[in-house]
Amino acid sequence: MSEWIEACGADDVDEEDVIRFDHAGHTFAIYRSPDDEYFATDGLCTHEQVHLSGGLVIDDIIECPKHNGRFNYKTGEAKGAPVCVNLKTYPVKVEGGKVLIQVG
Amino acid sequence: MGIAVTDASVRPTRRDYSLIGRDSRLAVENGLAAAEWYHTDVPRKQMKELMKRSDGPAIRDTVIWIAAFIVSAAGGIWFWGTWWCVPFFFVYGVLYGSSSDSRWHECGHGTAFRTQWMNDAVYQVACFMIMRNPVTWRWSHTRHHTDTIIVGRDPEIAVMRPPDLVRLVLNFVGVLDAWQATVDMVRNAAGVIGAEEATFIPESERPKAIRVARVWMAIYIATATLALALHSWLPLMLIGLPRLYGAWHMVMTGLLQHGGLADNVTDHRLNCRTVYMNPVSRFIYLNMNYHVEHHMFPMVPYHALPKLHDLIKHDLPAPCPSIWAGYREMIPAFLRQLRYEDYYLRRELPPTAKPYREELHQDDRMPAAAE
Repeated sequence: MSEWIEACGADDVDEEDVIRFDHAGHTFAIYRSPDDEYFATDGLCTHEQVHLSGGLVIDDIIECPKHNGRFNYKTGEAKGAPVCVNLKTYPVKVEGGKVLIQVG
Repeated sequence: MGIAVTDASVRPTRRDYSLIGRDSRLAVENGLAAAEWYHTDVPRKQMKELMKRSDGPAIRDTVIWIAAFIVSAAGGIWFWGTWWCVPFFFVYGVLYGSSSDSRWHECGHGTAFRTQWMNDAVYQVACFMIMRNPVTWRWSHTRHHTDTIIVGRDPEIAVMRPPDLVRLVLNFVGVLDAWQATVDMVRNAAGVIGAEEATFIPESERPKAIRVARVWMAIYIATATLALALHSWLPLMLIGLPRLYGAWHMVMTGLLQHGGLADNVTDHRLNCRTVYMNPVSRFIYLNMNYHVEHHMFPMVPYHALPKLHDLIKHDLPAPCPSIWAGYREMIPAFLRQLRYEDYYLRRELPPTAKPYREELHQDDRMPAAAE
């Protein structure tokens, strides 16, 4: 059963940046794109389970801080070695200054 | 400065560097594989600033790099057959056989340029020059960053213990290194991925490694054919041989990265060395002399490493003040490791640094005492 959960305040994430959000034993990454849209993916790189929140957001790419593996955080697509498995993405909405993600 | 086995009756520990051997298994069992590593605290805002990508510095450096190639190659060809060609090939060789090492490395990380195709283009060219299969080495280097100098896990340990000094010296002219690269290329071109390669190259990537090896073989065969047709060494002086006669700078700087330092630890301050160098070497080496900084934060582009160094040096061992100073501490360590394999140089931290987490770095195979 899917549910919307509050992940953070809209201002908690800088533009073109990412933060970590943990919920029910699962870790997520919440992104704010350069054009002020919000996105959410699983929080760990599919290559070696490193937190993507320490990485670098460049346009629509999140780069893993450990091995520079790149994903499109809007679609979850792995963009090449050393990442081969796509990231899971989650629907996001912003309501009343809060970022909500749909999980489950 | 050093840690030594002081009791001569203590038998040194034999290391098994195979990626499919005893120490590989032990590293996994002991939690050394894909472990959590120490990082100096850097505020996110500052780290974002340092990680920022830009095409400008790498385009500038690549234009200089290509221009230096053109001028040195042209001079070498023009003066071929006279002694005047020597200085030109000296420069060309270092560009081809040494500066390509830092280019494949930086572009493999994807940090040199902001624009990805530029990273990919320089990566492919540099990999060819340094004779490192771009697929194999991308994965091998990924493992090197995951398991830096973890015995049995890291495929890029340049000096294994006890050090093979003959091999080490021969590498300055690339002989063994290039021979091994040729064997790997021929094997890959024949469609074979080795058992050790298979431990770090995913199955889906292996056909790419084979394809590249076949293209490279074709280039080398064409170059050798041209040399035969012209009855001249000149084509080989431009393609292939500079990997030998120009390798010395790569080896000189590369040995300093980890040589004589600790293995099987999870703190880059213990197993990497930062060395201050002259600007020419730093251009050839793309600032990889800031090696602790690079390993701790591989997302930071080469041109921002000096800034990162200034920011975190309070938490790092003092850098070696010169290449010479680096060798002055490293060579005696190599010599001692011939007798006591477990000997290593322990990097002292300044009082401003967070201490090492000793409980993570106590190797029960290595009864050691501070000198």
